[in-house]
Amino acid sequence: MFQVGLTQFLIVSTILFSLGIYGIVTRKNAVMVLMGIELILNAANINFVAFSTFGNYGISGQIIALFVVILAAAEAAIALAIVLNIYKTFTNVNVDEIDSLKE
Amino acid sequence: MTESLLLNLSLLILFLPLLGFTVVLFLGKKFPKLYLFEVGIITTAFLLSVFVLFAKLSYFTAQDIGSSFTWISMSAAPLLGNINIELGIKIDNITAIMLFVVNLISFLVHVFSIEYMHGDKRYTRYFSYLGIFTFSMLGIVLTDNLLMMYIFWELVGLSSYLLIGHWFEKKSAADAAKKAFIVNRIGDIGMFIGILILFTHYKTFSFDIIFQQLSLGNIPFNSEVWLTAAGILVFMGAVGKSAQFPLHVWLPDAMEGPTPVSALIHAATMVAAGVYLVTRIFVMLTADAMLVIAVIGAFTSLVAATIALTQNDIKKVLAYSTVSQLGYMIMSLGVGAYAFAFFHLVTHAFFKACLFLGSGSVIHAMHHEQDIRNMGGLRKKLPITYFTFLISTIAISGVPLTSGFLSKDGILAGTLAFGKLTGHWLIPIMGFTVAMLTAFYMFRLVILTFHSEPRDHHKFEHAHESPFVMAAPLVILAVLSIFIWYTPNPFAPDAGWFMKDWVKTPASVVPVETQFDFMNPSSSGNHSELHREIVHSPLYTEAMHWAHYPAMALSIFLAGMGILVAYLMYQWKKINADKLAEKIKVLYNFSLNKWFLDEVYDATAISGTTNFSKFLSWFDNTIIDGAVNGTAWLGRFFSKLSDMFDTYIVDGFVNFSAFFSGFIGLSFKRLQTGKVQTYIVFVVFAVIILLLFFKPF
Repeated sequence: MFQVGLTQFLIVSTILFSLGIYGIVTRKNAVMVLMGIELILNAANINFVAFSTFGNYGISGQIIALFVVILAAAEAAIALAIVLNIYKTFTNVNVDEIDSLKE
Repeated sequence: MTESLLLNLSLLILFLPLLGFTVVLFLGKKFPKLYLFEVGIITTAFLLSVFVLFAKLSYFTAQDIGSSFTWISMSAAPLLGNINIELGIKIDNITAIMLFVVNLISFLVHVFSIEYMHGDKRYTRYFSYLGIFTFSMLGIVLTDNLLMMYIFWELVGLSSYLLIGHWFEKKSAADAAKKAFIVNRIGDIGMFIGILILFTHYKTFSFDIIFQQLSLGNIPFNSEVWLTAAGILVFMGAVGKSAQFPLHVWLPDAMEGPTPVSALIHAATMVAAGVYLVTRIFVMLTADAMLVIAVIGAFTSLVAATIALTQNDIKKVLAYSTVSQLGYMIMSLGVGAYAFAFFHLVTHAFFKACLFLGSGSVIHAMHHEQDIRNMGGLRKKLPITYFTFLISTIAISGVPLTSGFLSKDGILAGTLAFGKLTGHWLIPIMGFTVAMLTAFYMFRLVILTFHSEPRDHHKFEHAHESPFVMAAPLVILAVLSIFIWYTPNPFAPDAGWFMKDWVKTPASVVPVETQFDFMNPSSSGNHSELHREIVHSPLYTEAMHWAHYPAMALSIFLAGMGILVAYLMYQWKKINADKLAEKIKVLYNFSLNKWFLDEVYDATAISGTTNFSKFLSWFDNTIIDGAVNGTAWLGRFFSKLSDMFDTYIVDGFVNFSAFFSGFIGLSFKRLQTGKVQTYIVFVVFAVIILLLFFKPF
């Protein structure tokens, strides 16, 4: 039987992180990009918790994970508000079309 | 009677005409009557000069009065060191006599001009010019140094220029004025160099100090050549001003001026300034210099006398006779007959002024007709003019009982003695020839003008005797041409007070070995004393004695011959003048055309100068302007070069960096897509690369 250890957690978080990156890079929709960011944040959370559990760091990892969750919520709120404003301005939320900064 | 009184009076005489000049020149246009002021001033100056003459000759006969002050003092002048330039006046007997002569003739000419110039456009200006002339001439007479001499020398040149060109609307008058001025400059250059030779060596301009140094054996640059050169160069000034060959050409042309001016300036006073200058520097002339002077004087008198033979303009005849007589004086100084030269200067001044004023009277009467071929018979119409003219003519011809006889005879005796002592017999031969020629052409003039039949009846009918103000000066001057004023014995000038007491030949101060033997008093005496009683060597006295009677007899004979021939040719018509002229046509034309000297000068000096100035103009246009233009071209070339450097190198560099930045910007611009995803990809790959690169694990 195989033992679930730190390595497995890290593998999961790596997969999650990669999916997040993939989502951010490939999705056109800004909301989907935000969701990719959530995935990355959660990958980081898994890392924190895993290291906290398998290392002698007490529960500081879990606490930071909680902070990250709160941060993610706040971030999501602000980001969605921005997305709404973008939509108001450009009538779509496709990130590849919103490139007026280029000029 | 004190010295300071005489000095002050002399200064007053000197500056009064200047005052007249200034006042009349600036106010004359507004107050046309001011010419009377000028006449009054000259009258005053004349009366004062009479007083000075008598005071000087009776109270200070053997004493010179002088005064000077330091004008410029320099302690470290470049090349010269410590110099003091002094101005001052000196009154000796010669000065006193000259003061009198100049003022008298100036006064008479002023009076004469009142009528003669009446109605002239520039009447007051004419009188103011007479004023400045008198001032300058008196300055020459009074000065005790070479610097003031030179200054006043140039001033008389200026006033002569102004007065010759009085009728400057006439081209001939304007040209004559220019010619006089320029020809005089040539002589003055020499004079200036001579003065500077003396000044450089002695560091003073004063006659007395220079002569004193000379008598102590201190000669310029320790070389007799320099001393001779200085003498001849200063004499060059006299060559110009006294119209000596080869610079005499200006004087006949100067007759374009008003006739009273010719009488005052170009006959009696200014042209005599050259002679006066030579009398001043007489003591520093070496034997060589004196010989040069004698030869130039003799040759001048001969040239001028031959030209005067054939001239037909009454004033031209008188002008050449003036040149001839001036040559006489210069020759006389050259042969060492100093006192006779000055004596002749004085007597000549009177009778020549009389002749010129007389000719003025004739010209006035004939309504500005000057050609003697159109005159004749004027004796009846102008009796006063005729008699005064005749007396002066007799005087200039050297007929006994006149002043001219006394002075001319003395000069001829001097040349004869000189010929005997040195063997230069050509000089007395020229002198005696001139004496005969003078008598001939002067009587030709008188006969053609006053005797014979009137040739232009219309003008003759209208001729009238001149009024009192014109006649009176003639009479006064004619009276002064009689012997009695100069000596009681009409055959012995030495016996008179003029020669015996007043004018004495000063001893030469140049080293004995450079003097003529006869100039050197055998009793060499005390050289440091300035006013030496002059005793010529017994040799000279003996020679003069030997020459006295032959010279007198010969000169009377020659003058008589000249007069006789003139009468034969023109009065009694025994000899046909025209046929004679035809026979010796070559000589006649040579004389009529003034030895072709003007033509020679035209061909040499004038065209030479013109060509030289043309060359200079070419040089200016081609070389100088070429150099300037070349410099400009070079400047333009270099600025173009620098412009190109700016445009292509500096600007090119700047533009290139701009272009390069733009290029870089453009290249990197492609990375900045504005798409967040792209950036994230970059970041991820960057992190991966960094991780691979630094290998933290």
